[in-house]
Amino acid sequence: MLEQSYFAKADELIARYGRQPSAIIPVLEDIQEAYRYIPRELLTYVADALGIKESKAYSIATFYKNFSFEPKGKYVIKVCDGTACHVRHSAPILAAMQKELGLSAQKHTTDDMLFTVETVSCLGACGLAPTLTVNDEVHPKMTPEKAVALLQELRGEAQ
Amino acid sequence: MSLLHVTIDGIPVEVEKGTTILEAAERVGVKIPTLCHIKGLMPDGSCRICTVEIQNRGRSKMDTACSAHCSEGDAILTRSEAVVKARRGILDMLLSNHPTNCFSCPSNGECKLQDLCYEYGVKETSCPGEMSNRPVDDSNPFFTYDPNLCILCHRCVNTCHKIVGCGAIDTMERGFESVISPAFGMPWRESNCESCGNCVAACPTGALTSKRKQNYRPWQVEKKVLTTCPHCAVGCQYYLMVKDNKVVGVEAADGPSNHNTLCVKGRYGSYDFIHSNGRLTDPLIKDRSTGEFRKASWEEALDLVASKFQAIKREYGNGALAGFACSRSTNEDIYMLQKMVRTCFGNHNTDNCARV
Amino acid sequence: MRMEDRNSLLERRETAQQALSAYRCRILVCAGTGCIASGSQVIAETMRKLCQDLPNVEVECCGHVPHIGIANTGCQGICELGPLVRIEPYHYQYVKVKPEDCAEIVEKTVCRGEPVERLFYESQNGKTCPKPEDIPFMAGQTRVVLEHCGNIDAVSLDEYIAVGGYDALSKALFDMTPDQVIQEVDRSGLRGRGGGGFPTGTKWKQVAAHTEAPVKYVVCNGDEGDPGAFMDGSVMEGDPYKLIEGLTIAGYAVGATEGYIYVRAEYPNSVSRLHYAIAQAEEAGLLGENILGSGVTFHLHVNRGAGAFVCGEGSALTASIEGNRGMPRTKPPRTVDHGLWEQPTVLNNVETYANVPNIVLRGADWFRTIGSDNSPGTKTFSITGSIANTGLIEVPMGTTLREIIYDIGGGIKGGGDFKAVQIGGPSGGCLTREHLDVGLDFDTVKKYDAIVGSGGLVVMDEHTCMVEVARFFMSFTQRESCGKCSPCRIGTKRMLEILERIVAGKGTLEDLDKLEEIAEFVRKNSLCGLGKSAPLPVISTLKRFRKEYEEHIVDHKCAAHVCEALKQYKVDPDKCIGCTKCARNCPVEAISGTVKQPHAIDPDKCIKCGTCLSGCPVGAIYVD
Repeated sequence: MLEQSYFAKADELIARYGRQPSAIIPVLEDIQEAYRYIPRELLTYVADALGIKESKAYSIATFYKNFSFEPKGKYVIKVCDGTACHVRHSAPILAAMQKELGLSAQKHTTDDMLFTVETVSCLGACGLAPTLTVNDEVHPKMTPEKAVALLQELRGEAQ
Repeated sequence: MSLLHVTIDGIPVEVEKGTTILEAAERVGVKIPTLCHIKGLMPDGSCRICTVEIQNRGRSKMDTACSAHCSEGDAILTRSEAVVKARRGILDMLLSNHPTNCFSCPSNGECKLQDLCYEYGVKETSCPGEMSNRPVDDSNPFFTYDPNLCILCHRCVNTCHKIVGCGAIDTMERGFESVISPAFGMPWRESNCESCGNCVAACPTGALTSKRKQNYRPWQVEKKVLTTCPHCAVGCQYYLMVKDNKVVGVEAADGPSNHNTLCVKGRYGSYDFIHSNGRLTDPLIKDRSTGEFRKASWEEALDLVASKFQAIKREYGNGALAGFACSRSTNEDIYMLQKMVRTCFGNHNTDNCARV
Repeated sequence: MRMEDRNSLLERRETAQQALSAYRCRILVCAGTGCIASGSQVIAETMRKLCQDLPNVEVECCGHVPHIGIANTGCQGICELGPLVRIEPYHYQYVKVKPEDCAEIVEKTVCRGEPVERLFYESQNGKTCPKPEDIPFMAGQTRVVLEHCGNIDAVSLDEYIAVGGYDALSKALFDMTPDQVIQEVDRSGLRGRGGGGFPTGTKWKQVAAHTEAPVKYVVCNGDEGDPGAFMDGSVMEGDPYKLIEGLTIAGYAVGATEGYIYVRAEYPNSVSRLHYAIAQAEEAGLLGENILGSGVTFHLHVNRGAGAFVCGEGSALTASIEGNRGMPRTKPPRTVDHGLWEQPTVLNNVETYANVPNIVLRGADWFRTIGSDNSPGTKTFSITGSIANTGLIEVPMGTTLREIIYDIGGGIKGGGDFKAVQIGGPSGGCLTREHLDVGLDFDTVKKYDAIVGSGGLVVMDEHTCMVEVARFFMSFTQRESCGKCSPCRIGTKRMLEILERIVAGKGTLEDLDKLEEIAEFVRKNSLCGLGKSAPLPVISTLKRFRKEYEEHIVDHKCAAHVCEALKQYKVDPDKCIGCTKCARNCPVEAISGTVKQPHAIDPDKCIKCGTCLSGCPVGAIYVD
């Protein structure tokens, strides 16, 4: 059973965006941002409050890639694999990070819930390709070595 | 309002503005194949099989008949070379992600995909590749869902949301991973599905099949008998499917109160009694001395009941009697009952439980 | 303070201009996404601290009567050289500024007006460029949409008003009827900058004609999803008021009272600055009820995307705002008739709306003097990839690829050979050397199986494998396919599978024919524009680089040495000294040879891990 605070948060968001079906996406976005995932119970709760069928709410949540039902790590790292970054060799950066953290294309989050590594198609900082973001902060002109060093830095920060 | 003039495969037809090509074709009896289309709903436009060629002012374009509106002077071709090529391409694609072990499929013989592939001569896919591989959901007591046979025409989803209003299922994920299921991918039985089976009826393939289908093949149905569902007083029209002189299933008909839909009781529960061993075929009268029921003739039984009614009426007055009709009676029977109560009993003590 | 009439705006402009000219010195720090990533915010903070410590100096970011102003501006363009800092009135452009450079800048330039020469840009021919316009990258541009980016504080309403902002809106509201505004936009020949190039005036007329509708909407497509494109993001974060003004004018013109800006989720800066700017504009009486006392109402909302490229398609975008899956629907009905919530809706992209204020203010005739006949005006492009200067540019429509790549972009990075440019993102196609002198406008580019699209230009040199590029784009569109219609849902998957086979060296020539056939099929039969254009990268690379495909299939060779599976590690016998290091390090014992004799790699055993290559002390191992 989810803590009461989660439902209180949902109520607050519903009040902000309005108790109407069109509020589903902004509400879910803020829930995702606050908890780094969407708890299933909360999706059901929000759907009910906004007058949306549970199946439709789940349909929406699985359509948009920013929503996740699995909790994400403290640091969500998005390696840009947009065209500009791709032609400037972003793939080895992703591979280096996955190797360092024991992650793969199927497993995105470390067991200690510290890191989530995923790709994103273009962050709009193509001038500084290849790039990646850590919780929305852009890191420019990355290399596999710099990426691994960054992970170590973040690990130190977390302790 | 002035009418638009178009031709369909050379047949001229006049239509109002806003008429779709599919509607216009239907008027002149030209059949255009559809998979995702549901009459009366906004076009889904997802399957693309109703693609036609539209020629006008020296230009030619392809569009889907379900969604494209007729324009003045359109010459619409429904079987041109380009159209056939497009349809073959669509079937080729669909078949590349659809198992073809049709022999063991309950929908063999009444699968629209199978029919169309036969009609357009698509024997196998020309571009094999990864296929969906998801577990079959057998949790619902009345039907089975095999997502691997689904061609994502969304007819089930549109039926569930827009016609039935239940909304138990929807399209989950996206792209090639798209799959139709209840929320959170939970088993069908645990969802808010009412098992009305209208989605099953809407499915053009074997993705959603009634478990009853295991008892017969579509071509074994000897006759279809149009009748009124006896379950409640709504009066839904359906066909009884008869095989070996037995009712094996039903198919919704376009009745004024049901328009091709049925409820779970009508579709799965209202006719098995016909061939039940426990069914009463003769009136029975309880023998007071033995306590056992014995067979009687209708005459004897009705005389007995009538005499008892009269005795009660004599002894206790008109108000002592009442008539209550079962909701599974037809409207005609219920009418007769209240008539009897009012004329014979002489009171208004009558009701019916048809409030389901 | 809320402005109740046109005069108040004029008064506010005067005050704002006085405030701007009162600055003895202004430090313009680029706060575009690129420069923020390079650390420009640290520079701005350091500058602020340093200036505060100066004697007798009052520092304020965007207040009144300070001596030194520090402004976070929109994208100044050359992201590659960030963080960018410009000092006015001296007009010195500093590049790649580091926090430790700040003290010197303050001491020399801010206090004494002297340049810090070492921070000037040095062009490829060794010329020092003290001013922004000296930099070839900037010199070749015509900035209309981006006119304010880099020159004013991005979120300061006063600075926007000071440079003429909201003149166009007040002209429209008080001097023009809605119909006249539409006529002006129509006459300007402005075409949708989102990619389609549909005439904006026509669209507006159709929506305005729906006088029966209870409510109409103006929607701005800021879901710039093409990987390698960031023009719209730069406008939203760099000059949000210009976009808001353009949208407000559109609302007035077509009779819409509600507007929505749909911003892609990956642009957090755009979202926050738009929210801020909308609040500022509302407070000032430039948005909301009774704008400038004119009686006109226009409310604006910001919607964030949630990670779906397909939402850039019009009907998918409105579906997403309504709170649905972002899936395109069949047309008719069109968005202009039944758009958002079934009501008549104008839907244009960011750059289109950002052109509107200038068209209203300076007139259609002025607009038509820029660009080509059928595509008037300018176009912003983001130039990225293997190019010397990556960044954001704005040029007249019809500018040739050669001018963009060589004059502005500075040619190929590292002086290599130009091979191709991908234009229009994953929905576009590639242009090659033979198209260098093709002028980029809507109609011309279409003739070459490509589209201008939203304006992403990804430059590729000879180290780029075109088959792999096609695979890359196909993997993108396949991943982003909404899955509604069968041609796109299954067709893109099958095309991707074939391309994956080819880059893995497992393709056949029949695969190539099949690929072409499916590409044509998907192009003709998909439901929406994105599906129809998804095969374009395949079609254009097949047309222009078929040989490369055939090399992969027949010769198992990737000439650009990109496709991992086709790489062969070889030992140069002339260089090999026979030290045996590679043989000892090889994890699969694929290398053999005797001491002091040249070694050899068995291609059948080799797993291409690259250990030998990085370990060889004499560089005798190479990839073929």
